[in-house]
Amino acid sequence: MTMNRQETEQLIQEVLEVYPEATGKQRAKHLMANDPTLEKSNKCIVANKKALPGVMTARGCAYAGAKGVVWGPVKDVVNISHGPVGCGQFSRAGRRNYITGHSGVNVFGDMNFTSDFQEKDVVFGGDKKLAKLISEIDTLFPLAKGVTVQSECPIGLIGDDIEAVAKKSAREIGKAVVPVRCEGFRGVSQSLGHHVANDSLRDWVLHNRDEDNSFESTPYDVAITGDYNIGGDAWSSRVLMEEIGLRVIAQWSGDGSIPEMESTRHAKLNLLHCYRSMNYISRHLEEKYGIPYMEYNFFGPTKIAESLRKIASFFDDTIKENAERVIARHQPVMDAIIAKYRPRLEGKRVMLFVGGLRPRHVIGAYEDLGMEIIGAGYEFAHNDDYDRTFKEVQDGALIYDDATSFELESFVERLKPDLIGSGIKEKYVFHKMGIPFRQMHSWDYSGPYHGYDGFAIFARDMDMTINNPCWKNLQAPWKRGGTEALESAAA
Amino acid sequence: MPNVMLRNNAAGQLVLYITKKDHEETVVALEHSGPGAWGGEMQLSDGSRFYLEPLEQTPKLPLTVRVKRL
Ligand code: SF4
Repeated sequence: MTMNRQETEQLIQEVLEVYPEATGKQRAKHLMANDPTLEKSNKCIVANKKALPGVMTARGCAYAGAKGVVWGPVKDVVNISHGPVGCGQFSRAGRRNYITGHSGVNVFGDMNFTSDFQEKDVVFGGDKKLAKLISEIDTLFPLAKGVTVQSECPIGLIGDDIEAVAKKSAREIGKAVVPVRCEGFRGVSQSLGHHVANDSLRDWVLHNRDEDNSFESTPYDVAITGDYNIGGDAWSSRVLMEEIGLRVIAQWSGDGSIPEMESTRHAKLNLLHCYRSMNYISRHLEEKYGIPYMEYNFFGPTKIAESLRKIASFFDDTIKENAERVIARHQPVMDAIIAKYRPRLEGKRVMLFVGGLRPRHVIGAYEDLGMEIIGAGYEFAHNDDYDRTFKEVQDGALIYDDATSFELESFVERLKPDLIGSGIKEKYVFHKMGIPFRQMHSWDYSGPYHGYDGFAIFARDMDMTINNPCWKNLQAPWKRGGTEALESAAA
Repeated sequence: MPNVMLRNNAAGQLVLYITKKDHEETVVALEHSGPGAWGGEMQLSDGSRFYLEPLEQTPKLPLTVRVKRL
């Protein structure tokens, strides 16, 4: 059942009735029925506001945004989770950012480094410990290209001066030491962590090689930003850029490295996948080095072709021709995939609730498979993300910002989607409700989903989830009644 | 006095981006658009207004500047 705008509005009202009046009023501002003609979202939806006390939100903290998302995938730095041990240990390797290299030798992405704060560090301050830790890291891991200090909550509370330690240690070890002020209590969600991390890259890393002109650039150099190589996403994107004749000189930050970031200024175009988490540094690159940025979308053949053409339009005719050739080369394979899976997925209805980009980016891929998005929402998007979302979602679809677990469950109960794409916190709840579910943050231990190669996996995964026989067996055979029960009893 | 970034979007319109708020809005009217002076009062598409101390020349965009909220 597809709902029109009025029905959706009514559903929202009914779900909100449970709340106390003040809470209901606040939450009402975060929910709406989509109107694709809208250009600006600030009149109709409130985003990036603090979650209300007492509701269950799916959001994370600024540390999660800075260490987990932006800095975590940089392979050749040691990210110190500065503070108690838990924040780093429980988030270690959870995002499945793939990297190449030898762990513990020249790449460190899957290890957990922490200053392991104890009571005495909180009382007397942890600066000395941090300085010692950094020189120890330099001894133990000489191939690390830099160290970052990702502060956890206590650091901000006790007022440690990590910037001073960073400056001093950087001189001592002769490498970049980056203080990242991403204490978890800052801001309303992990989104501020992205911003803080972007600013730390801008202030402590980006310009380090501005005097060094030994890098030989070509007119076809590009940088990929906002791709975290989840399950290999950046690699399946990178091959396409290379296939059309471009040279990828930096990956931010999936499978990326400090030297790549430092030489990004030689790029001619900055390709921005995740706008939410890396628009800050992209804007800076444009202002300081004159590198224009372009948002692209590598989910599903329709959007990939569109994006490849758009990317090629920044370059000369050879690249444009290459783009057409590459699209034509992959099209038959894509057609075969669609021919195989579309009949099994046609008309299935999907609800999405993911971070700050994917609910709008993956829609094209679902539509290529004949599926329909009936609800989309973000955990931590800002209004500029909603501006970009309305056009992508169908009229009357449900839009929810920072949905509480109660709202999401009620919407699902009423809308009965065939598939939900959301995070690990939601996954098992919906499994128990008997609804097919894909974890769309880290691709449910699968991936990559970007690029043509990724779409093949995406289509298979969606089919595997929705048409899994297990959903029919959620009810015990003897409770089903009818002839079916007798048959299975006889079998 | 917020810090804002002025840039041209893909459609060639002048856009004002308030860094702190992650808020992007197109500029619908600009008092001085050169030559000789660039800036002054700016009217945004959401109705808000800002004032930029006029620059002597048309600047190279994007550019981060301090503006006054009117
Ligand atoms: S909120 Fe604070 S204590 Fe919790 S994970 Fe984030 S940084 Fe650590």
